[in-house]
Amino acid sequence: MTLLELDTGNTAWVLTSAALVLLMTPGLALFYGGMVRAKSVLNMMMMSFGALALISVLWVLYGYSISFGDDIGAGLVGNPLQYLGLKGLMEDTDASLPAMAFVAFQAVFAIITVALISGAIADRAKFGTWMIFAGIWATVVYFPVAHWVFDFTLTDDSGAVTHVGGWIANNLEAIDFAGGTAVHINAGVAGLALALVLGKRLGWRHDPMRPHNLTLVMIGAGLLWFGWFGFNAGSAVAANNTASVVWVNTMVATGAAALGWLLTERLRDGHATSLGAASGVVAGLVAITPSCSSVSPVGAIIVGALAGVFCALAVGLKYKFGYDDSLDVVGVHLIGGLWGTLAVGLLLAPDSPAGVSYERSGLLYGGGVDQLWRQAVGAFGVLLFSLVLTLVIGFALHKTIGFRVTAEEEQAGVDGSEHAETGYDLGSFGAGARGVSYGGSAPRQTEVETNHDQEVTA
Amino acid sequence: MRLVTAIIKPHMLDEVKTALESFGVEGMTVSEASGFGRQRGHTEVYRGAEYTVDLVPKVRLEVLVDDDDVKDIIDVLVKSARTGRIGDGKVWSVPVDDIVRVRTGERGLDAL
Repeated sequence: MTLLELDTGNTAWVLTSAALVLLMTPGLALFYGGMVRAKSVLNMMMMSFGALALISVLWVLYGYSISFGDDIGAGLVGNPLQYLGLKGLMEDTDASLPAMAFVAFQAVFAIITVALISGAIADRAKFGTWMIFAGIWATVVYFPVAHWVFDFTLTDDSGAVTHVGGWIANNLEAIDFAGGTAVHINAGVAGLALALVLGKRLGWRHDPMRPHNLTLVMIGAGLLWFGWFGFNAGSAVAANNTASVVWVNTMVATGAAALGWLLTERLRDGHATSLGAASGVVAGLVAITPSCSSVSPVGAIIVGALAGVFCALAVGLKYKFGYDDSLDVVGVHLIGGLWGTLAVGLLLAPDSPAGVSYERSGLLYGGGVDQLWRQAVGAFGVLLFSLVLTLVIGFALHKTIGFRVTAEEEQAGVDGSEHAETGYDLGSFGAGARGVSYGGSAPRQTEVETNHDQEVTA
Repeated sequence: MRLVTAIIKPHMLDEVKTALESFGVEGMTVSEASGFGRQRGHTEVYRGAEYTVDLVPKVRLEVLVDDDDVKDIIDVLVKSARTGRIGDGKVWSVPVDDIVRVRTGERGLDAL
């Protein structure tokens, strides 16, 4: 931060990465949207787009300041007033990376973390309550946790501390390169909490709830994979060797995870499914997120392949324990995030970018349990914090304004009750028969006239 | 006059349609249908969760015919729709009292 010249390469890469990560949230909307039934596809996608809209505003107003302001207590939370409204960050300080580039990059992390949770409450949530939840959750859970994990303490050339960051990154020194704890464990366990608060969907385990459009799911998985190169390689916050190592690890772990998931399915159920391939891709991306700077490319294959197997098995847990985590936020993000975070403790390679900078190695490289316990404390610290607070926020909203639509609305589909729209017009009878009216003035008259026209032309 | 209804496998539709047209049938109504017979359904697995799909997609084809042609048309239908595997469908006919061509008002055999 003390360099006095703008590094255009780094700045270009960070801004590009931010745009890549932004695309992940619409990608997630497709991934999730295809997995629900046709009657709730719009609501599913709107929960992601709602997060995009709301969290981008909150991030600018005070989110960045809570996450990356100077620490105001034991590494738990940044000063929310320091960069209120991003004040003072427009000035050109000739830093190697403009502050706003980092603001942009971290903004899209906050957005997707919130959006990830929505998969657990498909088909049944009130959109308004979701939006209020998203705002509160980002404020009291994500922004502080991002401070814990992503805000590094800075020193100047003389070694004097110029900025104090969060406890997981600086005191604990757990390695979470791109957000296995802050993003995936955090969102995964929040999904579990909300699934418990809202309860099961009507007819869960009796009615078929097949994905209505697996081609959307595959497109979504593709966009997530593409955007994830910004998520992981962009987290180097520079266009350098670390970013390149991370890029390759991200690619290969994801491929290995898809293979791991497909093999598990083939052996257990008899077929390698497209949903399995898409899910394996995401499981691998999740697991390599914390570990992408710590493992060798071969280590990345191990992390990915096992993530595919673990997550393919973990998505069955909800049937065993009876919680309706509709789109497997727990099975994929919580389990994948835990595995990837702990895998750093096992597979931290001494010659990897993180191994070199921390001068440590993982259990399997003879480094003992030193890094492993740091990883475990970081992972379970975030897990417990997020679980408890999400339960509190969720129950408070559920008992006051209500988090769930009525049974009748759920049966008919939340798209209709929450958004007054239908995802697909497949030329069914009656659509459009009432004509079009704008602004609600004299719709009755329009209706009569249109009916008359219909009689003539039919 | 009779109404011949056939429930057939969707992928056999083109073949059946061509065969009927060659026979001289001048109109038909085709709709998507779903149901089950001896074929029953099948099982699909999504993320390890099994779904039994009871209703199998079928095509329902309806033709209005002259009494004299019923037997032949049913033969043509059955022959062209058959794959020999389970789930080929069914064909039946029922008597029809009257037929009216909406545009002209022609009735009975003239409306065919």
